[in-house]
Amino acid sequence: MKNEMRNENFQSPSLLGNLLRKLHIDIPLFLGLLMICALSFVILYSAGGQEIPLLIRHATRMGFAMLLMIVLAHINPRQFQSFSVALFSLCVLLLIAVAVMGQISMGAQRWLDLGFFRFQPSEFTKLSAPMMVAWYLSEHSLPPRPKHVAIAGALLLAPVLLIAKQPDLGTSLLVASSGAAVLFFAGLSWWFMLGIVALLASLTPVLWHFMREYQRNRVLTFINPEADPMGAGYHIIQSKIAIGSGGINGKGWLGSSQAELDFLPESSTDFIFAVFAEEFGLFGCVGLLLLYLLVISRCFYIAVQAQDTYCRLLAGSLAFTFFVYVFVNIGMVIGVLPVVGVPLPLVSYGGTSMVTLMAGFGILMSIHTHRKLLPV
Amino acid sequence: MDRRFAIKDSLAENRIFLSRVVAAFVLIILIIAGLVVRLGYLQVVGHEHYATLSKDNRIKIAPLPPTRGIIYDRHGRMLAQNVPTYSLELIPEQIENLDDTLRQLQQLLAISDEKIDQFQKQRKRNKAFTSTPLLQNLSDEEVAKFAVVRPYFPGVDVYARLVRYYPYGDLAAHVVGYVGRINEQEMKTLPVAEYRGTDHIGKNGIEKTYENQLHGTAGYEEIETNAQARAVNTVATVEPVAGANIYLTLDIDLQKIAYDALSEYNGAAVAIDIKTGGVLVFASRPGFDPNPFVSGISAKDYKALQDSPDQPLYNRALRGQYPPGSTAKPFLALAGLEYGVTDFGHRLFCPGYYKLPNVDHKYRDWKKWGHGMVDMNEAITQSCDVYFYDLALALGIDKMHDFMDKFGFGRKTGIDLVGEVEGLMPSKDWKRSHRSQAWFPGETLITGIGQGYMQATPLQLARATATLANYGKVVSPHLVQRIINANYADSIELLPDEVIPLKRQNVDNLIQAMTNVVHGSRGTAGRLAKAIGYQIAGKTGTAQVFTIKQEEKYNEDAIDFKMRDHALFIAFAPVHDPQIAVAIIAEHGGHGGSVAAPIAGEIIDAYLNPKKDDQHEK
Repeated sequence: MKNEMRNENFQSPSLLGNLLRKLHIDIPLFLGLLMICALSFVILYSAGGQEIPLLIRHATRMGFAMLLMIVLAHINPRQFQSFSVALFSLCVLLLIAVAVMGQISMGAQRWLDLGFFRFQPSEFTKLSAPMMVAWYLSEHSLPPRPKHVAIAGALLLAPVLLIAKQPDLGTSLLVASSGAAVLFFAGLSWWFMLGIVALLASLTPVLWHFMREYQRNRVLTFINPEADPMGAGYHIIQSKIAIGSGGINGKGWLGSSQAELDFLPESSTDFIFAVFAEEFGLFGCVGLLLLYLLVISRCFYIAVQAQDTYCRLLAGSLAFTFFVYVFVNIGMVIGVLPVVGVPLPLVSYGGTSMVTLMAGFGILMSIHTHRKLLPV
Repeated sequence: MDRRFAIKDSLAENRIFLSRVVAAFVLIILIIAGLVVRLGYLQVVGHEHYATLSKDNRIKIAPLPPTRGIIYDRHGRMLAQNVPTYSLELIPEQIENLDDTLRQLQQLLAISDEKIDQFQKQRKRNKAFTSTPLLQNLSDEEVAKFAVVRPYFPGVDVYARLVRYYPYGDLAAHVVGYVGRINEQEMKTLPVAEYRGTDHIGKNGIEKTYENQLHGTAGYEEIETNAQARAVNTVATVEPVAGANIYLTLDIDLQKIAYDALSEYNGAAVAIDIKTGGVLVFASRPGFDPNPFVSGISAKDYKALQDSPDQPLYNRALRGQYPPGSTAKPFLALAGLEYGVTDFGHRLFCPGYYKLPNVDHKYRDWKKWGHGMVDMNEAITQSCDVYFYDLALALGIDKMHDFMDKFGFGRKTGIDLVGEVEGLMPSKDWKRSHRSQAWFPGETLITGIGQGYMQATPLQLARATATLANYGKVVSPHLVQRIINANYADSIELLPDEVIPLKRQNVDNLIQAMTNVVHGSRGTAGRLAKAIGYQIAGKTGTAQVFTIKQEEKYNEDAIDFKMRDHALFIAFAPVHDPQIAVAIIAEHGGHGGSVAAPIAGEIIDAYLNPKKDDQHEK
C-alpha cells in the first residue's frame, strides 16, 4: 500500500511533465509569464478605473496571445529558419502597402485593413527582422565579416525606415535593436559597435532634421520637462509625482490618487508603471523588475542551451528585445528616457504588442522543447 | 565562396555566443540596478517632496489665458474690445447632486431650460474637475442674489471674465467678424497648450484672419491646493502675453455714412485709399449683431439669421458676385485702345440695337431709340451699349479676358480677410473646361457690357477702379494697418508693387470720359456734380437680374422688386490727384446713376471734406 502510493506520487508530476512536454511548454518561462500576467490584472483594475469590461478585453487579448504562443511552440524551429526570408519579405511588402494605402489612424499610418482584421505589419516586423538577420548570419561563419555586417545592416534599414516614416519611432527603434542584438550575439566586434555609436552620435543633427514636430517636442521635453508643464512636459511631471509619492511601501492597492484624480494621463496604457509604483512603492517596483529579470534569465538560458546558430542568435535577440521593452517603458515613465510610445510588456492595456511578445515566447519555447536530447 | 575558406567552427562560435550572453546579462543587471537607483531617488529621497505635491497638497497647473488683442479703426476707435462680465460656473466633480443643484439654481435665477441643456452638453465634453459656465452676463442683481446662498452651493461660483464686445454691432460685423466658442473640430487642430483656458476663437473676419496675432501667448500658474481643492499658495507663475492690438485702415465714421446711405437697399460699399490700398469702407448691408455669437447664439436666433431672405450673414462686399454691367465699360474701352483695335475718336452709329452678321437676334441698347452717332467719349458718358458690342466683337473674348485679368477681374484681390471669392472673367478656355462648350460670338457681345458670365465682387470693382486711377499701378487692398505687439510694432507686409503697362494718353482720355459721366451735360451720373470743389470720375452700371424676352419691354414699375436690376457705381476722386476709389452695389436699386452714385458721392465727400462733416455734426 505504502509503496504504491509512493509510486503514484512519484509518477504524477512526471505525468504532468510529460503532458507539458507534449504541449511544448517550458514550465519556468511559462510560470514567470503567468505571474506577470496575473499582476497585470491587479494593476489594470486599479489603473483603469476599476472597470471590469476593460479587464475582460485585456483577458481576451491575453488568451489569444497565449494560444498563439502555444501554437508557435509546436512548430519546429527549423520551420522558422526556412521561412525567415519569406516572412521578412512579406513584412517589408506589407509595410510598403501601409505606407501607400494604409488607413490613417490617429494621424499616423500604421494599420492595414484587411476587411475583417486590422493589424500593424510593424508589429510582426519585430519578430521577422531578427529572424531574417539570424538566418543570414547563421549561413556564414561567425563572427560576421564586415561584408555580412553591412548586408545585415542594409536588410534591417528598410523596415526600420519604413516604420519610422509612419511615424512610429518606438517600434522602429525596437525593430532596429532586435536586429542589432542578433549582430551583437553573433560576435560583432566591440570596436565596430563603438564606431557605430560614435557615428550615430554625430548623425544626431541629421536625425533631428528628419523628426516630426511632436517627436522633437518629446525630446526637448525629456531634456527639460519643466519648460512646458502644460503641454508635453505634463506626462513626465505627473508620472514623477505619482511614483515619488508612492514611497517605499506604496499607498496600497487602489490607493493611487494621481490616476484617480485624472492627473496622470494614459494611466492604463503607456504610463501604467507609474500607477504601479504609486500603489506598491519601491518594494513593488523591485519585485516587478526581478520578475522581469527572471523571465529574461530563463530566455537567456534557453538561448545558451539552443543547439544551432540560428536558434541561439534568435533566442538571444528575443530575450534582449524583451528587456529593451522593459527598459524603454520604465525609463520613460521615471523620466530617464524620452517619451516614446512603448508599452510596459505584458502589463499595459491594449496594443498588439502583447500578441507579438507572446509569439516571441512561443518561438523561444519551440527552440527549447524541440532540442534533440541525447539519451542519458 | 566564403564557406569554402571559412569552415564553421561551432565550438568557437559557441564560445563567442556564450561570452556575449554573459556581457548582455551583465549589462542588463547594471541597467536594472540603475533603474532601481533612480526609483529609490524618486521614492525614498524625493518621497517627501512628491508626497507633498500629491497627497496633502496637490499641485494644480492653472492656465492663465492671454487677453485678446483689441481691434481699432484707423482713428483708434475700438471695434472689438474686452469687457468684464460675470458668469456662474459649476465644477461637477465637487457637486454632490448635480440635478438638484441645477434645479435650485434654476429657480433662484430663473434660468431657461435651454441654458441647462447647453450646460449639460458642455459638461459632458469637459472633465469633471473643470469649471463649466451655466449662466453668462449676470447682472449685478443676480450676482448679489447668488452671493447670499453661495455657502450652500459648494462647487458653484461666480467668476469675472473678460468677454469680447463689439460696440459698433452690425456696422462693422462683416469686417471685424466675431469670436465664438471653440468647437470640437477646431480643438483637434489647435495647439493644445496655447489654448488651455481659452474657450473662444476667431470665427470670421479679422478675428479669424488674425487669430494668431490676436490670441497672444498663454501663461500658467502652479497652484498648491488643499484636500478641498481650494488654492492655498501659488508656487510659480508664468505670465501670459496679451495678444497684439490691431489697427485697421477702416474709418468707422465713413463706414457708417456708407452703411446709412445704402439705407433700404441690400448691397455693399467699398472704398479704398488709392495711395496705400488701405480699405476705408467695407460695408455690407444688411449687417448683423455679432455680440450674441460670443456667448453662443441661440439656435432659434441663428436660424432666423440664416433663413432671412436678406442674408445678413453674407458678406456682400467680399463674397457677393455680381455682373458688373456697364461699370466694366471703362476697362474694356481701355483694352480696345491698348490693343489698338480702335481709337478714342472712333465713331459709330447706334440705332438702339446691334446685330451679328447673319443672325436675326437683336442685341439691344438700354436706350430703345438709340444714341445716334457716338464716339468713345460719348459712349462711356451715355453708356451706349451698341458701341461696346462692336468693340467687344473687335477685341474677341480672349483679349478681353487677358486685359481684364490684369485689373484683377476673376482673381482674388488677396485682401487680408478670410473667405474671399474669385469672381469670374470668362474666356474660351474657361468655357471649354467648365461648361464643356464652345464659345459663342453672342457671348462676347454681352460680356462687352459686363453681362453674361462675367461676375465681380464689389471689392474687385473698387480695386480695379483704384488701379485705373493710379494709371495702372496695381492697388492691393488690405484692412490691417498696424499690428502692435506686446514687444514691438509689427508692420504689415505689403504685396510687391505691380504695374500694368498702359499708355498715359489712353488713360487720360478715359478718365476724361469718366469725368464727363459725372460732370458732363449728358452724363449718366450728372446729379452728383453739385456744388463740390473737386471733380469725380465715375461710371454707372446696371446689372440685369433676369433676362427680358426679345420683344418685351422692361417696365420698372410692373415687375417685382426682387426682379429689378442691381444698381452699380464705381468712382474715384479728385480727378487730378486721385485719393479714394469707391464701388457701390445696391441690389435691385434699378439705376446706377440715381441710386448708387449718390451713395458714392456721400462717401467721397465725407472723406475729402471731413471738416465740413464735423461742423455738420456739431
